[in-house]
Amino acid sequence: MMLRSKLAKISLATIAVLGLGSTTLSADTLAEVQKQGFVKCGVDGGLPGFSEVGSDGIYKGIDVDQCRAVAAAVLGDAKKVKYVALNAKERLTALQSGEIDMLSRNTTWTETRDTSLGLNFTGVTYYDGQGFMVTKKLGVKSAKELDGASICLQTGTTTELNVADYFRTNKMKYKLVSYDTNDQVVKAYESGRCDVLTSDQSQLYGLRIKLLKPEESIVLPEVISKEPLGPVVRKGDGRWFDIVRWVSYAMLTAEEAGVTSANVDAMLKSDNPDVKRLLGVEGQMGENLGLKKDFAYNIIKQVGNYGESFEKTVGQGSPLKIARGYNALWTHGGLQYAPPFR
Amino acid sequence: MLALLRNQKIRGIIFQLLTVIGLVAFLWYIGANTVANIEQRGIQTGFGFLDGTAGFGIDQSPISYTEENTHGRVFIVGLLNTIIIAFVGIICATIVGLIIGILRLSSNWLIAKLAKAYIDFFRNIPLLLQILFWYNVVLRAMPNPKQSFNFFDTIFINNRGLYFPLPEYNTTFFMILASLFCALIASFALNTWANRRKIATGQDFIVFPFAIGMFILFPILAYFLGGAHLNFSFPELAGFNFKGGKTLSPEFLALTFALTIYTATFIAEAVRSGIEAVSHGQKEAAVSMGFSPYQSLKLVVLPQAIRIAIPPIINQYLNLIKNSSLATAVGYPEIVTVFAGTSLNQVGQAIEIISMTMLVYLIISLVVSALLNWFNHKMKIQER
Amino acid sequence: MAIYEKKQERKAPSSTKGVTFWIRENLFSTPLNVALTLLGVMILFWIVPPFVKWAYINANFAGTTREDCVSGGACWVFIRMKIDMFMYGFYPSELRWRVNSVYGLFFVLIAAFKYLKSPLVKIALAHVYFIVGFFLVHGGFFGMEAVPTDKWGGLMLTIMVAAVGIVAAFPIGVLLALGRASHLPIIKSISVTYIEFIRGVPLITILFMSSIILPLFFPEGMSFDKLLRALIGIAMFEAAYIAENIRGGLQSIPKGQYEAADAIGLSYWQKMFLVILPQALKVAIPNLVGVSIALFQDTTLVLIIGLFDLLAMVRLSAADSYWLGYETEGYVFVTFIFWFFCYSMSNFSQKLEKRFNTNLR
Repeated sequence: MMLRSKLAKISLATIAVLGLGSTTLSADTLAEVQKQGFVKCGVDGGLPGFSEVGSDGIYKGIDVDQCRAVAAAVLGDAKKVKYVALNAKERLTALQSGEIDMLSRNTTWTETRDTSLGLNFTGVTYYDGQGFMVTKKLGVKSAKELDGASICLQTGTTTELNVADYFRTNKMKYKLVSYDTNDQVVKAYESGRCDVLTSDQSQLYGLRIKLLKPEESIVLPEVISKEPLGPVVRKGDGRWFDIVRWVSYAMLTAEEAGVTSANVDAMLKSDNPDVKRLLGVEGQMGENLGLKKDFAYNIIKQVGNYGESFEKTVGQGSPLKIARGYNALWTHGGLQYAPPFR
Repeated sequence: MLALLRNQKIRGIIFQLLTVIGLVAFLWYIGANTVANIEQRGIQTGFGFLDGTAGFGIDQSPISYTEENTHGRVFIVGLLNTIIIAFVGIICATIVGLIIGILRLSSNWLIAKLAKAYIDFFRNIPLLLQILFWYNVVLRAMPNPKQSFNFFDTIFINNRGLYFPLPEYNTTFFMILASLFCALIASFALNTWANRRKIATGQDFIVFPFAIGMFILFPILAYFLGGAHLNFSFPELAGFNFKGGKTLSPEFLALTFALTIYTATFIAEAVRSGIEAVSHGQKEAAVSMGFSPYQSLKLVVLPQAIRIAIPPIINQYLNLIKNSSLATAVGYPEIVTVFAGTSLNQVGQAIEIISMTMLVYLIISLVVSALLNWFNHKMKIQER
Repeated sequence: MAIYEKKQERKAPSSTKGVTFWIRENLFSTPLNVALTLLGVMILFWIVPPFVKWAYINANFAGTTREDCVSGGACWVFIRMKIDMFMYGFYPSELRWRVNSVYGLFFVLIAAFKYLKSPLVKIALAHVYFIVGFFLVHGGFFGMEAVPTDKWGGLMLTIMVAAVGIVAAFPIGVLLALGRASHLPIIKSISVTYIEFIRGVPLITILFMSSIILPLFFPEGMSFDKLLRALIGIAMFEAAYIAENIRGGLQSIPKGQYEAADAIGLSYWQKMFLVILPQALKVAIPNLVGVSIALFQDTTLVLIIGLFDLLAMVRLSAADSYWLGYETEGYVFVTFIFWFFCYSMSNFSQKLEKRFNTNLR
């Protein structure tokens, strides 16, 4: 027993020295992030456009940009992020347990998740809906023709439940083939293990470019669900919640006001009161959040506004080439709308 | 006081007391933390979730299952699938293992070497890698349903699985099933009788051909008695997939292949070392008593070899059952995949679900261990 | 007096020697053997030539891009281009010398083993080596840049998980084995319960537990690194198996040894560490190597909880949109690596077994 307790002490000391077991006081995530010097951000890591890791180990994608923006706002450096690649199964537990400070992993905002899991969604960074992808050879034009098909999907997602509901309401049968990771899903679809791949529409485009012959697959027109995706934080830390939420709004406001990473320095001298407040030239916006005055400047300078981020990662500047659609600003007929910076 | 401490018995008691206090304190600490964490994070507790609607589909289920069923039923489906894969795996691994183990001792140089190569190769590759290889490389190379390998329009193999016809459940079918059972019992009875006769009179009675005869004759009789009415449901390509008959999914096949091939190497080694452990003197004694090679094998070598080989083989069965949990890597819906996977995801009650899953394996392990102990006890050399 | 002349030795009849004889005796002695031999040749013919053709004759070794793989055989270019990722994961390339020097130190350790006698000292030294190695790879002190564990991956992670698992589990395993062999009823039952519980459940459920439930066990704010959690789970798992093997060793020690130690007045710990364990460990070492092999194979399971070991790294690389379709090469490569390691270890354990066997007799 003596030996055992000694061992325990030694191993605890080892852990402490290595900094492997870091202590985070979730009551004040901001202070903790500032102390540790980086933001621990949960992402997918294998989803083109949203978050993927290149062979150099660098993460990129629209979800990743949210992490980078928070790091830029809080620490002044968008690179100060420690990414944790999570599968659908682990993601919520990882946030609950404090392994990560925020989750930005194409997670659908649902009532259950928002209320019963001790988590809060800070907003919607991408409006999505579930769809189907099939090979052209199949000759299917609509999801209504999928009776009896084998369907591949990633387990642990709302996708699984939506498919069940959709097929039941349409009185169709299907065979479910589910996997842990998107890579495995794509592989199964490609090899013909299943006829249909279902996922959020944006992901379908992302996964399609992972196919050997992307041009042989089409995405069916039906959208069978609402999938508002956004960052998630732990419940009970109002300040951190506000920060993550207003970082997203800052990116939206910047696009609305026409501030981009290219012209942000020039914009510091702008006469537009909205821009002045946003960039911290005027007002107390940063201080209200417990951040520096220029937090939004850092975001825009290092990450860009929402539009830039979108086009670069999933839009026309990327292999995915997804149109803005619902994700256009409200001024352009979309749903992206930020409350005023005032 | 010091004298008390020097007393071995008292020291033992103090030491144990300290251990218990330490352990209880540790468990209490963990328990308190867990309760606090659960409360603080608003995670639900209790087993109420088992009555909640699952809402997701499961592809292969031995009992009827739909999305409206509960998580409790998901648990049962997962458990049954685990038992199925374990059962099939154990049977296949035993057959392959026995064959390889005997071939390993063959006087044929090439065959012995091939068997050794097989053992040395497959036991040194992680099982998970083998499962993924069979699944992702071999079975994926199969053609799509429209170009299936077709055996006389009854059995089809494609990248969706193996399809074969299944008889419909009617009187004839059940009669044949019953007849096979009768043949089994009759063979056992015959064997017991032959043994008794041998002890009494010393005369040999070869049971084997009679047993085979019964296994052929009985079902034929039953077929006609049951109305000679056996309908097969044949797999047929309809729409996207084959319909009718029985399907073995690629996940199931990959898992069975890998479990069989991997576990068989260990069983083969157990068989080999069991046979080799029988001392030469025993074999020589059998020969000098004028036993034929068959007699010496059956009456002298095997009874001793089995006693040595069975315990490690049963241990391998235990490993196989536990290893079947790797199914989660390819998505075969056994308990870890559907219950500790999908259900856990939907309800998020990790403690309850993981504990239930562990308990299932624990119970299976205890049952198999009890079986092993019983066997060891029964097989103990009877000193006279 | 008769003169004896040395007669010329007659050669053995051609039917009992030479290649033909050997072939007849070993391959074609009975009709059954003839059939078996033919079957064996068929199997060989069925497996070997196509594989050699794919993996060597038609394979592509040279080049740096996908376009260099044209001949239809294996595309080893893929492995060559990704080898750094397979070996080190995302470990920064300018810091890889640290990993390499840990590999180098291993040979120093082996050399030191040649000169050391006591198994306890050897085990202690091995522990020191692994701890030093771990710190060196992790960094973060003496001005060395820290490399967070999420950058670790590939073969390096595989070896590290296996090594740390064994090293951390070993002392716990020894204590559990002693507990199980102890005469104190409570200690004994605690040890037995732990060992049988762990041995009754699959590793994957323990990994799930350590990755999902473990965080709930600790107070709000205390969180462990993902890798560390996996290591805790693996060490917990492995300790039970090590304990069982050491127990086997303990049981092989004759009672006289215990009595002799008691007679000269050694305390319990002195008796165990100076007399019993050195002998028991010697007996148990071949089996412990067996456990290490099993653990080395089991490390692949960490991919299920999202760590990037060698196998996971290969799967990740095969999903790289530029290198799609070369998964088979990846799997063959990993197979070879694992096979090489496990086969060497099992040969090593067989050698040990033989050596110790002669010692005992």
